[in-house]
Amino acid sequence: MSEVLVEVKNLAKYFNLESDFFGRPTSVLKAVDDVSFSIHKGEAFGLVGESGCGKTTIGKMLVNLYTPTRGEIVFEGTDLTKLSEEKRRGFCKDIQLIFQDPYASLNPRMTVGDIIAEPIKINKLLPSNEIEKRVTYLLNCVGLANHQRNRYPHEFSGGQRQRVGIARALAVQPKLIVCDEPVSALDVSIQAQVLNLLDELKEEFGLTYLFIAHGLNVVKHISDRVGVMYLGKLVEIAPKKELYSNPLHPYTQALLSAIPFIGPTKSKQRIILTGDVPSPINPPEGCRFCSRCFKKTDACDGYIPELREVSPGHFVSCRLYDET
Amino acid sequence: MLLEVNHLKTEFQLKHGTVKAVDDISFSLNKGEILAIVGESGSGKSVTSLSVMGLVQEPGEVTGGEILFKGEDLLKKNKSEMQAIRGDQISMIFQEPMTSLNPVYRIKDQIMESIMTHMKLSKKEAWERAVHMLDIVGIPSPAERAKDYPHQMSGGMRQRVMTAMALSCRPELLIADEPTTALDVTIQAQILDLLYHMREKFNMAVLLITHDLGVVSEAADRVIVMYCGKIVEEADVRTLFEETMHPYTLGLLRSIPRLEDESEEPLYMIKGMVPNPLKMPTGCAFSDRCDKCMDRCRREMPELIERNGHKVRCFLYENEPEEAEKHE
Repeated sequence: MSEVLVEVKNLAKYFNLESDFFGRPTSVLKAVDDVSFSIHKGEAFGLVGESGCGKTTIGKMLVNLYTPTRGEIVFEGTDLTKLSEEKRRGFCKDIQLIFQDPYASLNPRMTVGDIIAEPIKINKLLPSNEIEKRVTYLLNCVGLANHQRNRYPHEFSGGQRQRVGIARALAVQPKLIVCDEPVSALDVSIQAQVLNLLDELKEEFGLTYLFIAHGLNVVKHISDRVGVMYLGKLVEIAPKKELYSNPLHPYTQALLSAIPFIGPTKSKQRIILTGDVPSPINPPEGCRFCSRCFKKTDACDGYIPELREVSPGHFVSCRLYDET
Repeated sequence: MLLEVNHLKTEFQLKHGTVKAVDDISFSLNKGEILAIVGESGSGKSVTSLSVMGLVQEPGEVTGGEILFKGEDLLKKNKSEMQAIRGDQISMIFQEPMTSLNPVYRIKDQIMESIMTHMKLSKKEAWERAVHMLDIVGIPSPAERAKDYPHQMSGGMRQRVMTAMALSCRPELLIADEPTTALDVTIQAQILDLLYHMREKFNMAVLLITHDLGVVSEAADRVIVMYCGKIVEEADVRTLFEETMHPYTLGLLRSIPRLEDESEEPLYMIKGMVPNPLKMPTGCAFSDRCDKCMDRCRREMPELIERNGHKVRCFLYENEPEEAEKHE
């Protein structure tokens, strides 16, 4: 396996919602709690989970939109969390973000050409006379025509806007792109176009992706390895094929079985989880999935499972696999 | 036959022209049947459901056709007659459970309002019924939760409340417009399961509007595929997936990443995008994006033809049935 590009160690992000008179937090939302994983160069690492599991928060910490409460983000050997604000910003160019909502993430008052040129100017990557050529090149890369550069975002469809967002992320030649639900706002026929584009660009520019999504089929298509999150914790990490053919954590099993099968047969036995995801505010210690788990036993009460490697590359955090 | 829609047309008069959101569509729905309408944004599936409910907003207008509900044309009803039907015999669940519940009223008041309006029950009876409905849709300790406000509930809970409200007067027809789109997969499975059981329990018909073919194959009995305001294919769910005919439906099915797919090939893509509704191509609306487009497709709009209950709007299937089978 190739070298590690970014390694996340015991990363946590807490939001203090309420404090008492002395400023001590009384109500803490643990969005991400003690998460560790690494992403190798040239790999697409998928992060799946339901709303509120903290997958987007991880993405935002990587691109410096949130400051971690605890933990390390080691990017090419440098721990980004220990850097001064100024030095940290120097790394922003290397880690770019593609947003979920192509309608909200483009400035409606800027032309598409200006939107793509802006990060190049901010980072002073090219002399001003070369920027135009670069923008043309980027537009081509994402399948847009050069004559569209003077148009405004509202003149584009959702899929085209997402292409503009991708071009903007590529503009600064990043090493890692955090794709936060890049296709979930798009129609099915357009989804395929954008997914294929992301795949092609990855090959062409040797990119590394952190691909955040809730659609397991989309994640399966694009990723090499997948991590499953539940309520701020990583519960399972495995190579794609392994995870989908041999899911170990009960949550992963339920998640996979909940996906509707597309086809004429309805034979699949579904595991229907009862209840909702509990609130991440002051979550219980121990296994967070306990309240909905269909394999829970008395021994699970109060047991704190750790993420353990049970077979090469396959990590799971569940008491069931700790006994061996 | 519970619902019969004939040649329905709904148009939006805009500054730059007229958008035919629903362009001459006909379908019918039997008692106890789940009929799904699938399509992408702009296909007219939601406008179809709003037309049936009589909820099309300005500048939209139903300009033609008839909507027969138990033999009576809903388009001929006046406002108060429609109000008596809505929420009682026909009710609707919306996509966004947050925006379709009133944030300043307690859950119980919202459910009881519709019960008291339509069923002429006393407040006490309405309360009992509301709690009973919340229980049926699977809300734990319903008498307690009924006193909550919508913001105190999760997305899945709110969708259950919406469902309870929609079912509280025992409708014969439930229109569910993207009922699971805003929800997580594990919650989606719960809600689909619920819809399925409610259908069995009350023998009601469901018109399920969705863009998700997975939801269709899980829940529907029969499927209509819409594209640019027209029906392009209609079949029972098994036939649709096994003997897909229209190139658009085929393209949709092939462009979805599959869980069971182990290949590393790029996804199939339908090229281009949905045409601008103000500048529809003459001929077949899908012709510009179609792999099998012929000269004729660009000139004429094909008719919806039927073969053994399987309807399709495509010239490929117009003549010899043997030739059509080769395209499988």
